[in-house]
Amino acid sequence: MNSIFGIVVKRLAAGLVTILVVSALIFVGIEALPGDPATAILGQQATEENLAALRKELKLDLPPHIRYFSWLNGFIHGDLGRSLSNQRPVSEMIGWRFSNTLFLALSAACIAVPLALSLGLLAALYKDTMLDKSLSIASLSAISFPEFFVGYILIAIFSVKLHMFPSVASINDGMSFLQKLNVIVLPCITLMLVVLAHMMRMTRASVIGILTSPYIEMARLKGVEMRAIITKHALPNALAPIVNVVIMDLAWLIVGVVVVEVVFVYPGLGQLLVDSVSKRDLPVVQASGLIFACTYILLNLTADILSILANPKLRIPK
Amino acid sequence: MERLLTIKKLVIEGRWDDNIKVLIDNVSLHLDRGEVLGLIGESGAGKSTLGLASMGYVRTGCHIASGSIEFDGKELTKASENELNLLRGNRITYVAQSAAASFNPAHRLLRQFVESPLRHGLMDYTQAKEKAIELYRRFNLPYPETIGYRYPHQVSGGQLQRAMIAMAMATNPDLIIFDEPTTALDVTTQIEVLATIKEAIRMQSGSAIYITHDLAVVAQLANRIIVLKNGKLIEEGITREMMESPKEAYTRDLLNVRRQRKEASQPIEDVVLNISNVIAGYTKETTIVKNISLKVHRKRTVAVVGESGSGKTSLARVITGLLPLWEGKIFFYDKELPPDAAKRDRELLRHMQMIYQMPDVALNPRQKIRRILGRPLEFYFGTTGRKKENRVQELLDLIELPSDYYNRYPSELSGGEKQRVCIARALAAEPDLIICDEITSALDQLVAEGILKLLHDLQNNLGVSYLFITHDLATVRAIADEVVVMYQGEIVERGNKRKMFRNPSNDYTKLLLSSIPEMDPDWLDNLLSERQQEGKSIIAPS
Amino acid sequence: MVGVKKIKNAPWSAKIGILMVSITLLTALFAPVIAPFDEAEKVGDIWLAPGGKTILGTDQLGRDLFTRMVYGARNTIAIALLITFLAFLVGVVTGLMAATVGGWLDMIFSRIVDVFMAFPALILTLMILSILGTSIPVLIIVIALLDATKVFRLARALAMDITVMEFVEVARLRGEGLRWIIIKEILPNALPALIAEFGLRFCFIFLFISALSFLGLGIQPPAADWGSMVRENAGAISFGIFVPLYPAAAIAFLTVGINLVVDWFLHISAQIRAQ
Repeated sequence: MNSIFGIVVKRLAAGLVTILVVSALIFVGIEALPGDPATAILGQQATEENLAALRKELKLDLPPHIRYFSWLNGFIHGDLGRSLSNQRPVSEMIGWRFSNTLFLALSAACIAVPLALSLGLLAALYKDTMLDKSLSIASLSAISFPEFFVGYILIAIFSVKLHMFPSVASINDGMSFLQKLNVIVLPCITLMLVVLAHMMRMTRASVIGILTSPYIEMARLKGVEMRAIITKHALPNALAPIVNVVIMDLAWLIVGVVVVEVVFVYPGLGQLLVDSVSKRDLPVVQASGLIFACTYILLNLTADILSILANPKLRIPK
Repeated sequence: MERLLTIKKLVIEGRWDDNIKVLIDNVSLHLDRGEVLGLIGESGAGKSTLGLASMGYVRTGCHIASGSIEFDGKELTKASENELNLLRGNRITYVAQSAAASFNPAHRLLRQFVESPLRHGLMDYTQAKEKAIELYRRFNLPYPETIGYRYPHQVSGGQLQRAMIAMAMATNPDLIIFDEPTTALDVTTQIEVLATIKEAIRMQSGSAIYITHDLAVVAQLANRIIVLKNGKLIEEGITREMMESPKEAYTRDLLNVRRQRKEASQPIEDVVLNISNVIAGYTKETTIVKNISLKVHRKRTVAVVGESGSGKTSLARVITGLLPLWEGKIFFYDKELPPDAAKRDRELLRHMQMIYQMPDVALNPRQKIRRILGRPLEFYFGTTGRKKENRVQELLDLIELPSDYYNRYPSELSGGEKQRVCIARALAAEPDLIICDEITSALDQLVAEGILKLLHDLQNNLGVSYLFITHDLATVRAIADEVVVMYQGEIVERGNKRKMFRNPSNDYTKLLLSSIPEMDPDWLDNLLSERQQEGKSIIAPS
Repeated sequence: MVGVKKIKNAPWSAKIGILMVSITLLTALFAPVIAPFDEAEKVGDIWLAPGGKTILGTDQLGRDLFTRMVYGARNTIAIALLITFLAFLVGVVTGLMAATVGGWLDMIFSRIVDVFMAFPALILTLMILSILGTSIPVLIIVIALLDATKVFRLARALAMDITVMEFVEVARLRGEGLRWIIIKEILPNALPALIAEFGLRFCFIFLFISALSFLGLGIQPPAADWGSMVRENAGAISFGIFVPLYPAAAIAFLTVGINLVVDWFLHISAQIRAQ
């Protein structure tokens, strides 16, 4: 037992270190990029006064490590600085939008994961049949489609032509849960499609790989029937690679959300990020970028730990 | 005697993409209760396919084209999946070649043992567990009460194989099929498992089919033997009769395979390779090669024998400079070799060549034979153009391959042919010493014999010396002048081959020598009773 | 290696894929010849229906959609190809070297790549763009470097699998230099997987650029680009005019085609290996 605990703790520590390094890079990395950030933001025509004021605002006059620690200090106290465009505290802008993004992402995940796993399993079991081949073509197409393509098609069909769902997913706290669901149906499906396809293909590949192993043949030679082979013999071994794929795709989901939010004008963190990039609103860009990065890192970390736990060879050393 | 299994005119075909290959060609056989049938042949003969067919099982991509398989009155080719599942794991069980691959890595051993008896309703969990413990104890597994709670990866190869045999006996089957169960094991471990199998067969007084490529091994266990080649039945007969007077030429060849001997010749002055007090390892704490000294003379073959973990392969890597040594020196003629291969100059590297165990990975699959053989010529001698092509043809002649092979890719050659190309590649450098690292271990016995004969001829004609690393003593008998026995990184015995085989002084050497299966059907029984009398454990000292 | 015979025997999905890719590439190549108008030329009213002078109608500024699509193919494909080449150059060289030389070189490269891969690519790109701006050179270098990390991982993994095979050791023991070993021994064996990966990377990069352009942060107007065209014409949807779907569908068309071809390629190279 000691060793699992040790492994998990080590991984968590590594994750924490990564987050610190990443945050340092985000805030200090500006130094590494060519040019002067202040000029880049305000343009060549800016006056020296404005440039100086901006540099002060961005704390560029401080040496990098002091700047980083002052930011870190602020972060721990919930202060992420102020937006350059509207002077509001960044934490205020981010909080609500982040929860919206999470809502969208989680809804997509809840449908995508079980669906992908079942379809992948079916495709593996009925390999090379019509079902498998059509799923293969469908998933191949889904992976190839850009999200905005899927999004606008859905809008074209279900919103404009059929008037079933709104084309603009505007959400606010006044809505009931059901109303919120209604609003996010289309963005959810859009977001889900690519992830679903990828997860399904990986599940199929893992299961097929396992079904051709010698120990599965041995189970058949012991007279174990197909259903028991799948549930008792194959799945425990498929757990590790599948968990890995699921969480990696969830991490991707966090990123795919950006485009979807723009297509559907959904008030989430992704849209905020894109807007602030266009406006060169550095504090907001840094803060939202950091949150995305952290979520991504945490998810990868979870995938890492879970796949260790799911593998008896790693869980219980010789 | 009651007839248990009858196979009549069985034809099994396999299909890959658009090719159809006949795997079993019109084979008929029978097996009575209490009989052990040996199934022998080289790789690709179809032994596994036939063994599996006895359970009514064919691998994916294969199908039974015609013929009948009757087990205890039931026609298996017409049985439903359910009926077959009732028989398998219950009345017919299977012991696979690789226990490590055939145990589910996610389940403990005990769970896999009780699976069959529970699912066929033969006993409850407690009874099954007791039976497991009893079998584990019978088969000399360590900690029989608790070993069942381990996962497969926590148990060693030989122990796992025995656990698999125990698992096959869980349901008191009528027929056990053993598919090459000792092929992947060390010679000393093989004895333990063979003893286990003999005990198992005796205990359940049922029948068994024993599949192997090793005629000496099958002679110990089988009442009757069937010889297969390319899916066809070549010969069938009672063991003793077949061993004494085989009818077919192929069977005779298989029998003669261990009879090759080399007469030791007088040593000639020059010492080609001199290894002096070498100590080496991958990390400072764990030394794998402990204080090794040995000499190889011109035109002589020194065999380095040992089982897995003896350090013999590491020794080869130290000599070639891939594993740096901590202490000691290596001399080539009288030049001291830099321990690191990267620091040796081209001429030095040229004089010492190495051939590996698996010709599949020793040849670059994307290079044609002419390239593979031509490169050393270019690299070492600067030979190009017409001269190079001629020399490549000479090399092909030397290794007895047709001249049009120069334009082929390795994938178009058989295992034995690929190994010959590896030998030619070594010869292209015109070396003084060739290190052979288990070069015949992965080949069929008849093919291996051809290679050994080739090496012998080459030594006579070209005067090259060999350092021959192997675990197989029959090979040593065939080609060595001197023998060095390694155990756990040290040399435990060395000397002239003939003397050592007649009169070994070290206990481990004696154990090793006595573990080579002989063609005599009574060999195993004699050995086991001998060892029991001496009170010696049949497990090698650790 | 892959003879014409193999192409004739390919399944219909692969043939369709080859057709799709060829059409798109040829359009991009011969854009100036095929397009009836200039890239930024106004030919009529906003969002005209197909007909008359315009095959597909006009866009939100009255330019010929067909011309814009044709030039869009050229611009985006050109940039995506360039980026993929760069990513491959950097990734393959560093990956092969890391695997073959090993030691501290491998460690340094791998750590750098790990740090980069801890970031989701889109986020990192957006953050860098917010500072450096969205000019073409910046786009090319940033995306190429980010994608090189993935190519590095693959090349390194491939090389590691190959380096443990004895024929590499044979070359080393012969005294062959690093260059020979990488180019003559390792690369030919890694080539099939690398070629397949090139196709997949190109797809990904193409989609990535289109996504960036869609967000307004990629290729800037008035240059024609499928992603930007979707963005520019997005408003039409609410009027029931499905113009933004054309460039979006074109993107899908190309990537589906490439995926079909890569899939088939992976299938036959697995077959060759199994022989």
